[in-house]
Formats: sequence, structure tokens, C-alpha cells
Amino acid sequence: MTNTVLDIENVSRVFPGVRGAAPVRALEPTSLTVAQNDFITVLGPSGCGKSTLLRIVAGLDYPSSGRVLLEGREIKGPGADRGMVFQSYTLFPWLTIAENIAYGLREKGVPKAQRRDIVASYIEKVGLRGFENHYPKQLSGGMQQRTAIARALANDPAILLLDEPFGALDNQTRALMQELLLGIWEREQKTVLFVTHDIEEAIFLASRVIVMTARPGRIKADIPVDLPHPRHYTMKTSPEFSSLKAQLTEEIRLEALQADGMH
Amino acid sequence: MPRPLEPVSQGARVALGISFFVIFLVAWAAATLGGFVSRTFLADPITMMQDGWLLLTRFGFMADIGITIWRVVGGFILAAVIAVPIGVLMGAYKPFEAFLEPFISFARYLPASAFVPLLILWAGIGEMQKLLVIFIGSFFQIILMVAVAVGNTRRDLVEAAYTLGSTDQGVVKRVLLPANAPEIAEILRLVLGWAWTYVIVAELIGSSSGIGHMIIDSQALMATGQMIFGIIVIGVIGLISDFLFKALNRALFSWRLA
Repeated sequence: MTNTVLDIENVSRVFPGVRGAAPVRALEPTSLTVAQNDFITVLGPSGCGKSTLLRIVAGLDYPSSGRVLLEGREIKGPGADRGMVFQSYTLFPWLTIAENIAYGLREKGVPKAQRRDIVASYIEKVGLRGFENHYPKQLSGGMQQRTAIARALANDPAILLLDEPFGALDNQTRALMQELLLGIWEREQKTVLFVTHDIEEAIFLASRVIVMTARPGRIKADIPVDLPHPRHYTMKTSPEFSSLKAQLTEEIRLEALQADGMH
Repeated sequence: MPRPLEPVSQGARVALGISFFVIFLVAWAAATLGGFVSRTFLADPITMMQDGWLLLTRFGFMADIGITIWRVVGGFILAAVIAVPIGVLMGAYKPFEAFLEPFISFARYLPASAFVPLLILWAGIGEMQKLLVIFIGSFFQIILMVAVAVGNTRRDLVEAAYTLGSTDQGVVKRVLLPANAPEIAEILRLVLGWAWTYVIVAELIGSSSGIGHMIIDSQALMATGQMIFGIIVIGVIGLISDFLFKALNRALFSWRLA
């Protein structure tokens, strides 16, 4: 396969037990291949190890076994080739919105004039014109996450990793953010790995939904989503969408029950 | 009665703050001018002001104030310039912290005033000795507090920086430092306040100038008015420097208030 961007090979993660407790198996050996321009959502109940998997890809955590290849090279740590958007608001509070977006470019040593152009184009793409010189604190949660997406994309990473980025937003904002992200992906041919526990979000955004089991996490199902693009929010009420949602709800429900020990 | 945590208006805050000063002054005046306390032990406010005026106009007290400020600021800057980088490194690099933290935790409890006799032995009774007292009193405190602040930097900001391509050095310079700059400034403001108490101790022994020296001289003359004036001057200077520091911090770190 020539257009493989990311190759996760038998990656597992075991956290050592604290104070003599038994070690925690967060992630069973998991394999996943992400092709160029894929939009993959990883769906699973809380604590299923989906964030752990994403953090390993980002290089912020290390696999206990297995390896992750990005464009054929093994990942050894975090780097600018993988952009990450976190659930918590991680804009640098001492930098303005424009400076936040420029952060990665500055670290890379991109000349100032070029930096300014790239920042301006991303300000435009995430609809934050007029807020360039505001500080993060002055912006709403949705605007902060839009800035975070722009900051990650400004580095032009090979893959964009998102860890429940809209989890803390209200429903209306969340829906708008989904459309914005999808729009960027449709226009710019990005490769995206998106972790969520929201079924609707997983279907609406994805070209493939990966369903994970309860802890210890492993991949339970890999479901292609063939809904046409560009997608519009009205699609969420279409019969195709509903049947996919019913199918995934069933898959997830079993796992949630298991995770809660309620079965 | 106000409810717990209920805010107070700006005007009422100022009025309340001033009224305590007034009450304090009135009580002092009543106790001394009313003859309840012997003048030998406590001067009344009017005598204190007269003594103060005399000190300033006839006995060159301005020069004493100047030299004391110079000692505090000099010793404090010396301590800050060395202590802040060490504190940042300790907060950032855990082996470095493990290496130094136990010793510094011990050293911070060594009272600066207890070093005065020793420092006189080592550095004489010149300016160096005064600066060293301030230095010892501030140095270890700054290191430990800065190390704690830097060590508590939000982990997710550091992780975000790494995913944006920062190197280890980049994270220290462009995340740990700016993220903690306001807190470091706060720490310096606090420690500068403490430094004022050390300088007087340094000047009480083996000194021929400074506010502390004047107070000791006045004791020999039983001039309680002068002594109280000296103490009040220290309080006022402390208040002013605190105010300036706060204003500077607000101006430098406006992002925090945005």
C-alpha cells in the first residue's frame, strides 16, 4: 500500500499497578491502518483505551508492545508531523490567537512574513477574523477549539489527531464545529484520526468508524461510512444515518454495560 | 451583616481600609496624649512627627533611607538573578530537583539574622555583609517557590507544545517560563517584603548608617518618637514597593486578566 499514512502494529499498553495493585491493561494488542485522506473516528465507552491509543500515536505515551509507523518511520516521541487537538483547552494563555496559531511555525523557524500569511489563511478558515489579537481567555470554548484546530493544521501535519475535541462544548456549538472540521477536511484532503464517545459525531464525521470494546480496549468493529460528501447537518436525520446509528448504538451499548459491570 | 464571600464595593473598600488607620491613630493619640502611657516608653503621634521632621531636615535621615533601600534592592536583585534560573531548572528537571531540593529545604530554615555575626566575621561590617544577609534570607526561598510553581505547570500545555514540534529546550523557554512568569513575579514581590525585615536586622548590628542604625542610635537616647518614625518609614516604603510591584505585574501580564 503506497498511500498508507499511519500504521499501528499490535500496539498494547499496560499501566503498572500503583502501590502493589495489579497492573492495568488499558489496551489489548491493536492494529489499524490509516490511509491518505481517511477520516477515522474511534468510538468507544469511557475508559476503553481510545485516548491511550491516540496518545501513543501522538508520541505522548509509549506502547508496552508493538509499534506505530508514520509514513514508514517508527514513532519515537511527539513531533510536528502529527497535529493534536486535546479535549481540554490547551491554547497558550499568554499568546494571542494569531501567536498561538503561529507557535508551531515559530518552533520550526519559518520566516516571519511567511508565518503571517499562513496564520492569516487559517484565521480565515476557522472563521476567527477580528480575533487575531485577542487572548484565549477572551474567547468562548468553541472559538478556542477552532483556534486549537488551526494551530495544529498550521504545521501541515501528515495526520491530525483529535481527542474528544468538542466534548466540553454545548450541543449547538458542537454541531457547528463538526461541520467546520468536516468542511476543512473535504476541502484540504487531510488525514484525520478522531476519538469520541458520541455515536452521532462518529458517524457524521467519519469515512470509517472504529468501535472499541470496554477495557481492556481492542477493536471490535471497523465500519465504513459511505454517506456522500459534502455532508450537511440535515443528513443526521436521513434513513441511512439512522440505520448506522442503530447498529453502532447496539455495539456500544453492550460495551458500556460491560464496562459498568451491569450485565 | 454581610454574607460570607459577598463582595464589597470599591468605595466601601477604600473607606473601610482608611478608617482602620484612623482608629489606630486615634487610639494611639488617646493613650499617649491622654497620659495613660508614659512618654518615656511611647511617644505621642505629634512628637513622633516632629522628631521625624527633625530627622529628615537636620540629621540627614534621607541618606539613611537611601542606603537602606539600596541594600534591600541590591541584595534582593543579586538573590533573584541567581535563584530564579536555579528554581526554573529544578522545576523543569526532576533529577536536578532531587539533587538540590533536600538541601535547599534545610537551608531555607536557617534564619538570616543568625548569620549576621558570622557574616561580620567573614565580610566585615561593610556593605557586602548587609547584602549577604538579604541574599541569604531571600535566595533559598525564591528557589523553592519558583521550583514549585514551575513544577506545577499545566501538563497539557507542555504536551501541546511537544505535538507542535517544540524541543525540550523550547518547552522550557517558550512554555514553562512564560506560563509561570506572573507567578514568579508574585513570588519576588512576596520575598522582597521579607527582605525588608532582614535588612533592619543587618543594620541593627555593626552598622553606621541606614534606618536600622538610626533606630538603634535613638534607643540609646530614649528617643521613642524617632524609633517609631523609623519603623513607620519602613512600613511606608514596603507599601510603596509592593504597590509598584503589583502595578508592574499587572502591566506585564495583562493576558492573565484579559
